[in-house]
Formats: sequence, structure tokens, C-alpha cells
Amino acid sequence: MSSILCPEIPSPGFSFENCRRNAMLEVKGHAMPKAQKTGTTIVGIIYKDGVILGADTRATEDTTVADKNCEKIHYLAPNMYCCGAGTAADTEMTTQMVASQLELHRLYTNRVVRVATANQMLKQYLFRYQGYIGAALVLGGVDSTGPNLYCIYPHGSTDKLPYTTMGSGSLAAMAVFESRWKPDLEEAEGIKLVRDAIAAGIFNDLGSGSNVDVCVIKKGSVDYKRTYDEANIKGQKQNSYKYPRGVTDVLSTKVVDIEEVSVRVIGAPEDMEIA
Amino acid sequence: MSILAYNGGAMVAMKGENCVAIAADRRFGIQAQTLATNFEKVFEMGPHLYVGLPGLATDTQTVREKLRFRKNLYELKENRLMSPKVFSAMLSHMLYEKRFGPFFVEPVVAGLDPKTYEPFICNMDLIGCINQPKDFVVGGTASAQLYGMCEALWEPNLGPEDLFETISQALINAFDRDAVSGWGATVYIIEKDKVTIKNLKTRMD
Repeated sequence: MSSILCPEIPSPGFSFENCRRNAMLEVKGHAMPKAQKTGTTIVGIIYKDGVILGADTRATEDTTVADKNCEKIHYLAPNMYCCGAGTAADTEMTTQMVASQLELHRLYTNRVVRVATANQMLKQYLFRYQGYIGAALVLGGVDSTGPNLYCIYPHGSTDKLPYTTMGSGSLAAMAVFESRWKPDLEEAEGIKLVRDAIAAGIFNDLGSGSNVDVCVIKKGSVDYKRTYDEANIKGQKQNSYKYPRGVTDVLSTKVVDIEEVSVRVIGAPEDMEIA
Repeated sequence: MSILAYNGGAMVAMKGENCVAIAADRRFGIQAQTLATNFEKVFEMGPHLYVGLPGLATDTQTVREKLRFRKNLYELKENRLMSPKVFSAMLSHMLYEKRFGPFFVEPVVAGLDPKTYEPFICNMDLIGCINQPKDFVVGGTASAQLYGMCEALWEPNLGPEDLFETISQALINAFDRDAVSGWGATVYIIEKDKVTIKNLKTRMD
């Protein structure tokens, strides 16, 4: 029994309530709107002491740049991060959900979670949805087995690789890796290589743009360099286009005053008589 | 034409110095036929919290009611106001739950944090992907025009008066180049001690 005071516990998972209506609208000739995509360049490499992940920061809606500085390197666990390409909401929500599962797993096992575990969770989740959850991921982290790097496709297949790229700029980025990646790179060399690969995506792929984010994961430490390189600096505005005050014609004005909520601090309660 | 453009509507929110503004047009139509020019798309969700829901009008109102219900339950349970950040996360998850049969709204959230009065703006796509820039967000059918206007007019640290002129002119000039939005506009300027709501005089064609 449900009521206003005791609402029913909502069922978990996706809701398909609107599907029939939406299908009807589509039949009537109303095109389904497009969701925000991260037409992206994301990369990852293994270097001497760990893993380096990289990403650009552009999100697009069709051909419009919807976000000029979005975050595509998502947190999964203290020793693990994950780059996301594809449908923006899918990469964001999938990584959030797996991050919470991994934290529960860590508390249950009392161990640093392995990257292979995260990989298995992600691929099983994505395979279950047959590719309809459009998340293409590059998963990297360091655990008891050393540095690990995985490439996860929306349909649920995965590769374990020493260097990998994903997204619409993957070809440009892979060209850089194929010519310059080698085993046991130094950290500075590795970061430079990742930066150059992302820059190749930014400048040669129209779906990628703006800045370079880099995340260096070593045993016991993470260095998340948000906006590691501002590859495209906007020119300074030479003049202000600000409208002078009073230009806009106003029909009516209403001012709603907000009272400061007064908070009365109640002193510490008296000790209970126990004599 | 996409179902998001069935009723028309334009929406924009901007950050200023210790204030935020959110503005929307007032038209409600069915494709090219205008039915009303007093349609509300921006809703009060708290003393310093406003949400705009441009898109399919039926979903605008359904989502507004769902949000009001969930926000009220949260405030009763927690005995405190909902911050814009929490509100946006709630809305985002509500929309993503319907990933495969979405509501056709592209929400815009604007507000001040109830404790710190920190300005907050964000927008989402129809399946709840949050976009949280430092300057302005847009939504609705005139979004392409609004991006252009805001990119040119917005500058950092605008006070409430200048922010009002900036957001109003950005909105008016954007929706004058969009056939399915316009017909009046409402602007909300949200400050620590007051909210100013202004109805604008615009072209009515």
C-alpha cells in the first residue's frame, strides 16, 4: 500500500514509462532530439611507473559546441580513473554508478580494488544493454598487479593494451602513439606524448577541442592535472559590448524580499540526573 | 522538426557578481500557431532557487510537478533547504532514469547556495547530462542564437543592474531571430536579500 506519507519504494533501473508516447510522436513525424555527445579524443598509456590518461574538453550537441571545458576523466576509485567518450550522460552516469559499486567492494573486501574488477563490472553492464548505452571508455589504474590499461567499447568488448585511444579523434591520437610510444617511458616523456596525442585530436578532429586534461596514476598517488594545457587561448576582448543601463523596456517589476532565516542556537542540554 | 521545438521557447541563465539571473520568453504555441503569451517556463523551487524547463510544454509541467514533490519531501525529511547543486543532481538522475524514453525538456537551473550565497548555474540535455560553466547557460529553440549573443555580451563580475540589461538584451535579440519563441519575456534577478522579477516589452510577432 502506498500513500503520500508512505510512498512506494520506486523500482530500480531504467523507466520505460514514456516510451510508448515517444514512439507515437516519432511515428507522427516528430524527430527524436539528439542527446549531448562528447565527440571526443581520449587516450591512455602505460609508462614506467604507472598509467597516464588524457582527454580533450569539448562536448557537442550536433554541430554546436555545448560545453567548452567539460571533464571527461572520471573518478572511479582512489587508484583508478576512467575517460569517457560517446553519449555524455551515459559516460557520466555509468562511471558514477561503477564508482559507487567499487567503493562498496573495497569496503567489503578491505583491499585496494583491482582494475580488472572495474573492467569486468563495466563490460558486463554495457553488454547487458547491447550497445544502447553509448559509452566508449578508456580505463586506467594501478593495483597489486601493477599498471593496467583497458579500452571498453559500448557493446561490452574490452582490450587490455599498453597504449590506446578512443572517440572521434582516436585516429589522430593513435597516429601519434604509433610513431612515438615505446615501453618504459619516463613520466615527463609520457605526459608530453599524451599531450601531443590529445592536441592531434583537438586540431585535426572537429568533434574534439578546447583544452588538454591529463591524469597521472602511480602506485599510491594520483596527479589529476585539470587543464594541463590550454591549447586554445581565447583572444582578449578589445572592447566591451555591454549595454548601458535603462535600455531594456520594462512592463512591470515585482520585488520579492527574502528574509534572513533566524537561527536560534539552543545551548547544550543539561546533564541527566544520575546520582 | 524535433519534438523539442513543438511548442517553442527560449531560456538563458547567467552568473554575475554575487547574483544570478534567469530569463525566458512567454510564448506557448503549437508549431507556428501562438496560443498564449503568458506561459511560465521558469519556476521557483526555493527562496534562491529557480529552474527553467524549455521544451515540450506537457513535459515542462509534468517535470515541474515531479520536481516540486521530490524537493518538498527532501526538505521535510532533512529540515533544511535544498542547495542548487543537490537539486541539479536530483533532476539529472530523474531525467537519466528515463534514458530510453525521455521527457523532452532541456532544464536550466539558476540559484544561490542557501548557506554561502555562491552563484550557481547549470543546464542539462534531455537525458540529464549536467553542464556547469562559469559564465552562462542556454536552452530551448533559440539556443544557437543565444550562444552567439551571450558569447558577445557576457563579461565577468556584472552587478545586478548590468546583469539585467545583459541577459535581457541577449534573450530579446536572440528570440527575435527565432519564429517559435518570443512574445514577451520574464527576467529573474536573484540576489542574497531579494529576487527581482521583470516583464519585458518585446516585439509581438
